[in-house]
Amino acid sequence: MSVFAFYLFALSAITGGLFTVISRQPVHSVLWLILTFISAAGLFVLLGAEFVAMLLIIVYVGAVAVLFLFVVMMLDVDFAELKAEMARYMPLALLIGLVILMQFVMAYGSWESAHAADSLRAQVVPTDKHNTEALGAIIYDQYFLLFQLAGLILLVAMIGAIVLTLRHRQNIKRQDILAQMYRDPAKAMQLKDVKPGQGL
Amino acid sequence: MISTDLTIILPEIVLAVYAMLALVVAVYTKKDGLAGALIWTTAALMVVLAGWIATGAGGTNLAFGGMFVDDGFSRFAKVAILLSAACVLVMSQDFMARRDFLRFEYPLLVALSAVGMMMMVSAGDLMSLYMGLELQSLALYVVAAMRRDSVRSTEAGLKYFVLGALSSGLLLYGASLVYGFSGTTLFSGIIQTTQHGEVSLGLLFGLIFLISGLAFKVSAVPFHMWTPDVYEGSPTPVTAFFATAPKVAAMGLFARVLHDAFGGAVADWQQVIVLLSVMSMFLGAVAAIGQHDIKRLMAYSSIAHMGYALIGLAAGTEAGVKAMLMYMAIYVTMNVGTFAFILMMERDGQPVTNIDALRQYAKREPGKALAVLILMFSLAGVPPMLGFFAKLGVWQAGVQAGLIWLVVASAVASAIGAFYYLRIVFYMYFGEDTDSQLDSNNSPVLWGALMASAALMLIGVFYQFGVEGAAAAAAATLVN
Amino acid sequence: METIILFAPLVGAIICGFGWKFIGETAAQWVATGLLFLACLLSWIVFISFDGVTQSIPVLRFIESGSLATEWAFRLDRLTAIMLIVVTTVSALVHLYSFGYMDNDPQWKEGESYKPRFFAYLSFFTFAMLMLVTSDNLVQMFFGWEGVGVASYLLIGFYYRKPSANAAAMKAFIVNRVGDFGFALGIFALFFLVDSINFADVFAAAPVLAETHVTFLWTEWNAAELVAFLLFVGAMGKSAQLLLHTWLPDAMEGPTPVSALIHAATMVTAGVFLVCRMSPVMEFAPNATMFITVIGATTAFFAATVGLVQTDIKRVIAYSTCSQLGYMFVAAGVGMYSAAMFHLFTHAFFKALLFLGAGSVIHAMHHEQEMPNYGGLRKKIPYTYWAMMIGTLAITGVGIPLTTIGFAGFLSKDAIIESAYAGGSAYGFWLLVIAAGMTSFYSWRLIFLTFFGEPRGDKHTHDHAHESPMVMLIPLGVLSLGAVFAGMIWYGQFFGHADKVGKFYGIPVAEMAAHGDTTSHGASGDDHVTDDGHGDDSHATDGHADDGHGADAGHGEHHAGFVGKPGEGALYFAPDNTVLDDAHAAPKWVKVSPFIAMLIGLAISYWFYIVNPTIPARLAENQRPLYLFLKNKWYFDEIYNVIFVKPAVAIGRFFWKRGDGNTIDGFLNGVAMGVVPFFTRLAGKAQSGYIFTYAFWMVLGIAALVTWMTIGGGAH
Repeated sequence: MSVFAFYLFALSAITGGLFTVISRQPVHSVLWLILTFISAAGLFVLLGAEFVAMLLIIVYVGAVAVLFLFVVMMLDVDFAELKAEMARYMPLALLIGLVILMQFVMAYGSWESAHAADSLRAQVVPTDKHNTEALGAIIYDQYFLLFQLAGLILLVAMIGAIVLTLRHRQNIKRQDILAQMYRDPAKAMQLKDVKPGQGL
Repeated sequence: MISTDLTIILPEIVLAVYAMLALVVAVYTKKDGLAGALIWTTAALMVVLAGWIATGAGGTNLAFGGMFVDDGFSRFAKVAILLSAACVLVMSQDFMARRDFLRFEYPLLVALSAVGMMMMVSAGDLMSLYMGLELQSLALYVVAAMRRDSVRSTEAGLKYFVLGALSSGLLLYGASLVYGFSGTTLFSGIIQTTQHGEVSLGLLFGLIFLISGLAFKVSAVPFHMWTPDVYEGSPTPVTAFFATAPKVAAMGLFARVLHDAFGGAVADWQQVIVLLSVMSMFLGAVAAIGQHDIKRLMAYSSIAHMGYALIGLAAGTEAGVKAMLMYMAIYVTMNVGTFAFILMMERDGQPVTNIDALRQYAKREPGKALAVLILMFSLAGVPPMLGFFAKLGVWQAGVQAGLIWLVVASAVASAIGAFYYLRIVFYMYFGEDTDSQLDSNNSPVLWGALMASAALMLIGVFYQFGVEGAAAAAAATLVN
Repeated sequence: METIILFAPLVGAIICGFGWKFIGETAAQWVATGLLFLACLLSWIVFISFDGVTQSIPVLRFIESGSLATEWAFRLDRLTAIMLIVVTTVSALVHLYSFGYMDNDPQWKEGESYKPRFFAYLSFFTFAMLMLVTSDNLVQMFFGWEGVGVASYLLIGFYYRKPSANAAAMKAFIVNRVGDFGFALGIFALFFLVDSINFADVFAAAPVLAETHVTFLWTEWNAAELVAFLLFVGAMGKSAQLLLHTWLPDAMEGPTPVSALIHAATMVTAGVFLVCRMSPVMEFAPNATMFITVIGATTAFFAATVGLVQTDIKRVIAYSTCSQLGYMFVAAGVGMYSAAMFHLFTHAFFKALLFLGAGSVIHAMHHEQEMPNYGGLRKKIPYTYWAMMIGTLAITGVGIPLTTIGFAGFLSKDAIIESAYAGGSAYGFWLLVIAAGMTSFYSWRLIFLTFFGEPRGDKHTHDHAHESPMVMLIPLGVLSLGAVFAGMIWYGQFFGHADKVGKFYGIPVAEMAAHGDTTSHGASGDDHVTDDGHGDDSHATDGHADDGHGADAGHGEHHAGFVGKPGEGALYFAPDNTVLDDAHAAPKWVKVSPFIAMLIGLAISYWFYIVNPTIPARLAENQRPLYLFLKNKWYFDEIYNVIFVKPAVAIGRFFWKRGDGNTIDGFLNGVAMGVVPFFTRLAGKAQSGYIFTYAFWMVLGIAALVTWMTIGGGAH
């Protein structure tokens, strides 16, 4: 049963990836991508890593892919033109792809990991701990450094996003809510009694 | 246990914490008004850290289960990274301030990037390698696009980002292959699997993808294509930064991966590195000839120089690593001076990058022209400048390792490449006069950097301030 | 003090050559001249106070490369001391003389600055020459050797606007190259054999060399012979001996003070100096020294014959120099080094005197050099006339036969001729005697043509002939003193009794008992050990002494033999070298013969040019082939031109045009202007600016690397 499930998810992941690349409509591409994510999540479940699987669904499908959809829909990119440009390289690209693929087949076909690899490989599913607990132990203990570094990377990404997009334009009227709220009618307004036919 | 680990990475922590604190302070106070001060404090902190690392305790210390390695090699690279980053940082202040894009984030991004670089050269694990690399790269993508009102700068940032992402993908793919075939991401584990017996093809594929990702960072051919465009498009101070510290870090990481993780498969990666080296040297030499933009020219120059430095790596020996470290140290010094000069090149307050503007420069500014002459000769590898001895070092290592053809090819490439360096000198001294003259910008910082760098090219021949000994010690810790 | 002597000229050259713009022309010249006079003064002090013991004074570390290690050191022995005074004295006087001679040189336009350059070259030459003579090893000597070559080149070509001067300068340099090649080979051979180029080591190894055999040019040679021969080839070039002499007459294109300093008194004698310096090696090479004798004698004869018919006043003296150098080589060849040095010493005075005198004449005659245009100048320039007269008396060897009273040349030349006889070289002896006659003829011919008879040539020039200024006459006077007295004063030291000569040169001398006492070694106490080792020589000495003793009136009481080891003292005489004693014991007719030859030459000359001036023209007409043969210097230049120069030029042209021009330049230009730009354009085209192109290249690179690794990795 699990073998069947594996092949099902694996096949749908590959199909999703393929169609992500080749589908004509960008929106379709994103939808295919979502399929790929979901298949990957399924594979994680099969491995017993249900936490990661859920994470994948929530973060990638729920947030990232939806963001992609918005971006694709909002950007007016003429994909047809880009595709035409790429078509020129297509034969060569296909050839290269084929070559690399064959080489990988050669490499993976005779999968022989190094002698010491098995002893070095960490246990995939810890037996004594709960899945989420094990993940927590790894992230916050063993890979503490990497976790912090990832935090720094995100910080940099955030700074970058702000630096590159936030604009402090001069000579632009901005809405200053506080100023609006503290506006005193007495100071802002002046009542004048205008006499008819005379003006000020 | 955690306290020992933290003690070992204390310099990185200090720099990162400083960056975050400075960020908070700047955001909540005067923002960009603090930029100038932040540049100087960041640079000062970097110099202090460099001094601390250089004079600190020796020996090899592992932290976080071997993911972070603090040894002579990493210390040498870190000192070079921090000092060059500090130099470039202070050099950029004037340029950026006058063109009104000096933002307080710039020094902080550079500082965070430096943290990434320090992580890179200390990486003892494929994951920490990747984390350091991304931290560094992400900061660089941002600073490349820093000048938002310039289309070229934005384009440069975008190109760098997209291609960088591709290279990260290659690297990650390689890392996963390596993990798959060796069962571990720790370098100390990987080397066990390569030390005895044959190396499986899958592992080699992983190695090649890793090398490709790293070659992108050192801009070795054929992964160099981003370099000219990004160098040209980025603001000049950022280009100066690209050409110095990240190159040292990437080269250091390259050496670390090859020796620490794949030290048992020297014969396998040697041929790949030789190929990259030859192609880089020749492309850098040949393609630069057609360039009249000095920043593009320096981009090709850095491609060629990475080719020479790769000879040292290709040798696969301790002497080779030492020669490579010396090469990088000298290369960085030369580039700091050269970019100090490029930063001074301006006409009517606008930066000029066309080398035609240098015609008859020697008549107007004999002192600076002489300094540039020395630097160009050194870049071209003309004895008795230090640049020649840098090349000589890698050549010696290459010959000792039996890579005689590589050395001969590199000598030919260096002869071809001499053309464009000497052309700059030719323009300065013998070019026909032009009406439009460069301003005599005499920023003391830039002037000092240019003169100091040129002077070092001469003094270094006689006295190397202990750099050579440090490089030898660093190489010894890495290879043995 | 020695260091000051050596470096004073260099400092002078630098100050004068580079500093004249700051201190002015005249001051610069005076600085150079003053420093040379200082060097000259110190040299005389060294010469007089020198006690004969060889010293080595290090200056600085020179070369250290493998086993080739040497210092830049100052070897002070008698040879050096002699050369020091010769070089510095003549040089100082020439400097002084040049103030007058180079003033208002017609070769230069108004306002052109040439004098500081000239003085700087002169001083530089002096420095190089001092380097040569003071050297402690062969490499340092070679350095000086080439230094004087360069200075000579610069000075011969000093009038660089004259094509003939340029050609002469190049000729001198190139011909010297041939000799220098031999010299360099000699140095290499010595280093190869001895593993050292220091004189001390080389001399000590000389006896071993004589027993060694080496293969050179596919032939087995005795090492000492080979080295001696190769070194002599160097000497031939520098000293203008036959086959390599062609440059010297042409070198007269240089200003006359240069001819006096370089091409008469100092540089050309470097070859003689080299042979004397290497006497410990030469003594073990009998065949090579025989060769030296033959070449020297032939040169002396050849140059004298050519000198007979030359009309250019400087060329006559040049051939005379060539001839006199031949004399010196004969002396060195037969083993009488001290006689060679003696002649070198006296020759420096009288030949410099003659040249400077000739310069004075030329100066007076507005740079007219052809003797047929002179005549009757005796009255116009009396001081010059008397100076030239003294010089001629000295060179022709006027003196009282069988005594040691006479002009310098008389004593030294006779010493050589006696040595040649005593050395057993009949060929050398007779050629030298004939050459002495011819020397007398052409020297007097010069005097008669220049100073006697009716003024010929341009009348205007004759009318304006004037005596030279004092700065030119003082050197003439000083040199005249030398030409008169140098021989008489130092005869004893150079060619006197063996113990006196030995003391002079610092060579250990063993006294022998009177002749007949053949069994006694009679050694003086401290030389006992040495003497024991050379027991045979006292027999030989005594045996020889027996032969001619009756003829030698002055040396009846006792005999002395040189017993030093090679390298001990300035010169080395092999134990069986008895030339000195034999020369003293030569028959009277031998001793008188040069004097007779001189008288004959004088008489013929007087008859030809005073009594009946039409004879020379008629003779030239009658004996036209012979006249042309001599006039054209035995056709050496023409033969060399056909054999060497033309083919060399052809080969050079071939390599230049075809090899360098078409092949190398063509290849490099093709690469630099065709191939490289092609790739540059290609690289530029690849840099399209599109991200996908770049990404594509990266993927292509990966694919290539992976493929390569798959194929290459299969080997594992």
